[in-house]
Amino acid sequence: MDNLVLLAGITLMYSTPLVFGALGGVVSERSGVTNIGIEGMMVIGAIAAAATSYFTGNPWLAFLVAGLCGALMALPHAVASISFAADQTVTGVAINLFAPGFALFICRKLFDGAAMSPIVTKLPKIFGDGWMRGTVWTNVNVNVTTVLALLLTAAVWFVLYKTKWGLRVRAVGEHPAAADTLGIDVAKVRYSCVLVSGLFAGFGGASMTIAIISQFTQTAICGQGFIALAAVIFGKWKPFGTYGACLLFGATQALTIILGGGSFPVPATILSMLPYAMTLVVLVLFVGKSVAPKADGVPYIKGSR
Amino acid sequence: MEASAAYAVQMHGITKRFGAYTALDHVDLDVRKQTVHAILGENGAGKTTLMNILYGLYQADEGEVFLNGQKVDIANPTTAINHGIGMVHQHFMLVENFTVTENIILGDEICGTAGILDMRRARAKVLELVEQYGFDVDPDAKIEDISVGMQQRVEILKALFRGAEILILDEPTAVLTPQEIDKLIQIMEDLTAAGKTIIVITHKLKEIMRSAHECSIIRRGVYMGTVDVTQSSEDDLAARMVGRNVNLKVQKTPAHPGEVCLSIRGLSVKDERGIEQVRGLDLDVRSGEIVGIAGIDGNGQQELVDAIMCMAKATKGTIAIKGEQIQNTSPRNVIDHRIGTIPSDRHRWGLVLPMMVLENSALEHHGKETFGEGIMLDYDKLYSFTAELIQKFDIRPAGCERERMSGLSGGNQQKTIIARQVAHVPDVLIAFQPTRGLDVGAIEFVHKTLVAERDRGAAILLVSFELDEVMDVSDTIAVIYHGQIVDTFEQGTVDEEQLGLLMAGGGAQ
Repeated sequence: MDNLVLLAGITLMYSTPLVFGALGGVVSERSGVTNIGIEGMMVIGAIAAAATSYFTGNPWLAFLVAGLCGALMALPHAVASISFAADQTVTGVAINLFAPGFALFICRKLFDGAAMSPIVTKLPKIFGDGWMRGTVWTNVNVNVTTVLALLLTAAVWFVLYKTKWGLRVRAVGEHPAAADTLGIDVAKVRYSCVLVSGLFAGFGGASMTIAIISQFTQTAICGQGFIALAAVIFGKWKPFGTYGACLLFGATQALTIILGGGSFPVPATILSMLPYAMTLVVLVLFVGKSVAPKADGVPYIKGSR
Repeated sequence: MEASAAYAVQMHGITKRFGAYTALDHVDLDVRKQTVHAILGENGAGKTTLMNILYGLYQADEGEVFLNGQKVDIANPTTAINHGIGMVHQHFMLVENFTVTENIILGDEICGTAGILDMRRARAKVLELVEQYGFDVDPDAKIEDISVGMQQRVEILKALFRGAEILILDEPTAVLTPQEIDKLIQIMEDLTAAGKTIIVITHKLKEIMRSAHECSIIRRGVYMGTVDVTQSSEDDLAARMVGRNVNLKVQKTPAHPGEVCLSIRGLSVKDERGIEQVRGLDLDVRSGEIVGIAGIDGNGQQELVDAIMCMAKATKGTIAIKGEQIQNTSPRNVIDHRIGTIPSDRHRWGLVLPMMVLENSALEHHGKETFGEGIMLDYDKLYSFTAELIQKFDIRPAGCERERMSGLSGGNQQKTIIARQVAHVPDVLIAFQPTRGLDVGAIEFVHKTLVAERDRGAAILLVSFELDEVMDVSDTIAVIYHGQIVDTFEQGTVDEEQLGLLMAGGGAQ
């Protein structure tokens, strides 16, 4: 029982950055722009959050700034893939190569050449420290970001399926020419979706460095963006499906931690492979069966069919 | 002609250039109110370009547009929609996994507060339109689940929903069965009776004769005049469109079939999604005859041809050439059994567009000694081989051996493929949509070649979605429905009506 509560708590904790990143992926890809740069945008969010929180002491402001920096990082991807119809995988890769180096550079610049930030002020946990103190239930005393991630999932679902903007986003991702002939500005819809995806990815980075751990390190974000993309595919590009997929990947990460701390004689190096191996397995099994938005990754050029 | 309120649409002196190429050269169009006006022209004549200008998708370089006698400036589709112009594109502009209602309201959504969709009100409004015009459309059905004819009615509803008074239909009958065409013509009559004006872009003469009041003809971007359809004939329209007299009827003598050459028994094939598309199909093609497969797109034709070419796996059954089984071997083996194919999409399967014409001519047989020794290609041999084909089949421009394939027109690209296949004297020739996207002159050539190959003794399997083509060219007509041959007829023993019913599943057990 105690172990289960612990597992649930850690699962929720570690799935949170994934959820933010994956929702970013959902929004972007539903509009027809592949965004494999989520990882890079999360890294930028991670350093922006840590630095802002350190210098202002206000973690909420830091969370917001992280999102905006993520969106800023998404801007070149939007310009290249929408305005210039460039290969979306290439710009995504470029962002993933650029972001970690740039984040480290900023970190060393701000913190006297250190590769990690000092400990910064974290976002609060939701249940406070009341009666739970000392019991096993402190493990489900989750970060406020965990709740935000769930609320955001519901919000993305609502906007995608119940509003006119959602209808337009989905139409642009499936058949941009159809949307164009009905007077919908395909480029505008895609720009806003890619920027929102950067915003969400930035939140994801922040939920690592100012909620789970309390500093920026080089390995704070290492692969979460890619796992998030796997979750998008596994979740069939649907907000709640993706949320569920993130929980699954979060659970493997939690398992790694619990098994590592227990009496199991499993080498830590093997254990730390678990989330990535799981991602591979899921992708191999499901990537063929999952149907992506039809125009996902295809630049829209007026007049071509 | 002066601008007048008696005309719903007038386009005067329209010129449109794409770089150095002039697509439209001072074209005029005058469409009377409440009529069906056809625009006739060959592929690439500029019909669709003209309509795209009217719909605001392109901007004219010169010329004026008047609606009901008023000069207008249509900068984009939104302006066109606001002026009451609706367009049904040849390739439907429908989001496949959306419902009918969602597709209709897209871009003009019915919302409550804060952009939240009011689907109940939207559905009611769509139903109201459906009933007003007597369309047979379910507002809750998903586009991917409904027939092509119904999808077309959804496209028309989309325009009516936006208050269209002028409807542009781009090649509306290309994908329909004869029964669906009848229904469409009825709908066009109802709409003009209700005060709408309809412009139909087409190259099908028969349907113009049946449905249109007037017909404007465009040839290579030049306006060739407008005729009153009741005062004209199919042959007259064809001659005006092409600029010379064309033979619309395929000329051939009765077939003298020999032994069974291609024999298919109990064939089943799945598509890439794992759904069975060919379901226990039986078919025989004898040498010296043309067997035409009539059917609506998506009834297993693609999978059938792929299975014969070993591009798809036959899950059950056999395919034999002169008694020798070839199913599930390799395309190389099929080619070595002297089977030639004219693929349905020449850009995807038939040609490598960035390569030279002479390289394309050698494809499939590039390993043969005729083209070189060992691993080397002998370009001189390629050149003389290709030059001979170009001369024999009148591929234009003459002397295009070293041109890129992409520089040739569609008709000449198709000629290159056919020349290549015929040059290797196939025992079986599979022609899948061999005249797709070709103009009348090129179609005439393709049909002649098929008949000539038949007379030489080849077994010819013609798969086409154009019912007229199947009926004109084939000696035996086999109807495919739901992955099975549901019936076969000798040419001339069956009419369009009967075939149409079978193609739509009317004869299925």
